Amino acid sequence: MSQQEALFTYCLRQADDLLILSHRLSEWCGHGPVLEEDIALTNRALDHIGEARNLLTYAGQVEGKGRTEDDLAFLRAERQFVNTKLVEQPNGDYAFTIARSFLFDAYHLPLAEALTKSSDAQLAAIAGKAVKEAQYHLRHSSDWLKRFGDGTEESHRRAQAALDGLWTFTGELFVQDDLHQGLVKAGVAPDLIAIKASFDETVDNVLAEATLKRPVDGFMASGGRQGKHGENMGFILAEIQYLQRAYPGAKW
Amino acid sequence: MTDLTILEERFQAKIDAELKIEPKDWMPEKYRKNLIRQISQHAHSEVVGMLPEGNWITRAPSLRRKAILLAKVQDEAGHGLYLYSAAETLGTSREQTIDDLLSGKAKYSSIFNYPTLTWADIGAVGWLVDGAAIMNQVMLCRTSYGPYARAMVRICKEESFHQRQGYEIMAVLANGTPEQKEMAQDALNRWWWPSLMMFGPTDANSPHSAESMKWKIKRQSNDELRQIFIDRTVQQAEVIGLSVPDPALKWNEATQHYDWGTIDWSEFNNVVAGNGPCNKERMVARNKAHDEGAWVREAALAYAAKKLKRKAA
Repeated sequence: MSQQEALFTYCLRQADDLLILSHRLSEWCGHGPVLEEDIALTNRALDHIGEARNLLTYAGQVEGKGRTEDDLAFLRAERQFVNTKLVEQPNGDYAFTIARSFLFDAYHLPLAEALTKSSDAQLAAIAGKAVKEAQYHLRHSSDWLKRFGDGTEESHRRAQAALDGLWTFTGELFVQDDLHQGLVKAGVAPDLIAIKASFDETVDNVLAEATLKRPVDGFMASGGRQGKHGENMGFILAEIQYLQRAYPGAKW
Repeated sequence: MTDLTILEERFQAKIDAELKIEPKDWMPEKYRKNLIRQISQHAHSEVVGMLPEGNWITRAPSLRRKAILLAKVQDEAGHGLYLYSAAETLGTSREQTIDDLLSGKAKYSSIFNYPTLTWADIGAVGWLVDGAAIMNQVMLCRTSYGPYARAMVRICKEESFHQRQGYEIMAVLANGTPEQKEMAQDALNRWWWPSLMMFGPTDANSPHSAESMKWKIKRQSNDELRQIFIDRTVQQAEVIGLSVPDPALKWNEATQHYDWGTIDWSEFNNVVAGNGPCNKERMVARNKAHDEGAWVREAALAYAAKKLKRKAA
């Protein structure tokens, strides 16, 4: 695989995580537990879409075949999406949604910080914009996790169940395959061992304050980065891509 | 002269002098009640209005459209928040106001009981529904109650952006493929008359209007605003090659306004009475969100109480 192909895939990995998580969060729109949270989730969905658009546009430039952000978002099939399985998980209850975002945020913030130092100027610039947003996202999800963990018996139970259910999807965030290692050597991508250390520290600190237990590392799900998703993924794409697929070539 | 009469006269004199009424000022009970009704209805409309538009976020046809729609619906939620706060300045709690919506006691704009069936409906809602709402809201920037007027200034800025984006969606569709143009025309056909109904009953049949005008809560009548809206919107439709579904529509040189047909008030009354296409779905969705969010709100309160207690200890 050429460096160019590796960079293209690396952009898609990040973009797809953000696009699919944004989709899940936007499903809450109008149905949040309180108006302020409706606004917060919509806002997060909007931030994620913004970063995904930058990454997809850049991926299209790197690829050099004239594909736009919309071509990449709306005209790729299930097996061509390379997001982690974490972000495609259905919303569940509010604790599940918050825990899913928390686990992603605890990974996304140090990743964005590290990418600001990437040897690839465009990736560094995109990350530079994302860092401020990612800080707010992590604060938002951490605050709610603390409220749930140290709130009522019910909220504690729900938050713990959410973490226990989601933990198996965290391993995939830190897998460094040959493609990734090549980019680390070139100074384009950060070493995920350092990102994982930051993730662990955030998780331990927040869960301690939330009086929640960190789940024990067991079997870790994978496959998302290779386009082997759960059955949900087809339905997500059927929804996202409906108009573009139904009216090929139309401009919107 | 009784004390009450003196207070009422002073109040009216203030209004006549174009001074704003502020939360701590004396005001007639009916003025307060009228405003609470109107502001809370307005707030509920913003919140229920998120449902038909949110319906298309996950299916928006491009990432740009998706981002714009997300931002727009987020704005509507923000408007709901301001307005609930404005209602609170009149001595009603947000919980009570929301309970009144969920129990069906309080109303919201009937327009949101119509479904968004196709993507073009997102264009039509922005163009026509927000367009009609703006006519009212621009007037409300000068309403006599200070907190309401100030909330409305910011809301109007955002709404005029919403209206433009809706019109732009329609313009792109109208100039697109034959299927897209058909989609746009169909949306205009379905949303035109309900949008005209948004201005409320005719002046002769508007129960709250006279008092609202005297107190300068309202400054233009339902029929005046409706006519301005028609004059403006018919021309906008012509520019993008769509036709307004009213065979009686005709420019009148003498009045310098469009003459137009008759609103089917039986449809309006039917939707207000709860029999619109989506009344039940909207209330089920709001109640479900509220009920399923109960444990979240309880957790937040319990956590805040614990924190406060620890701080005190």
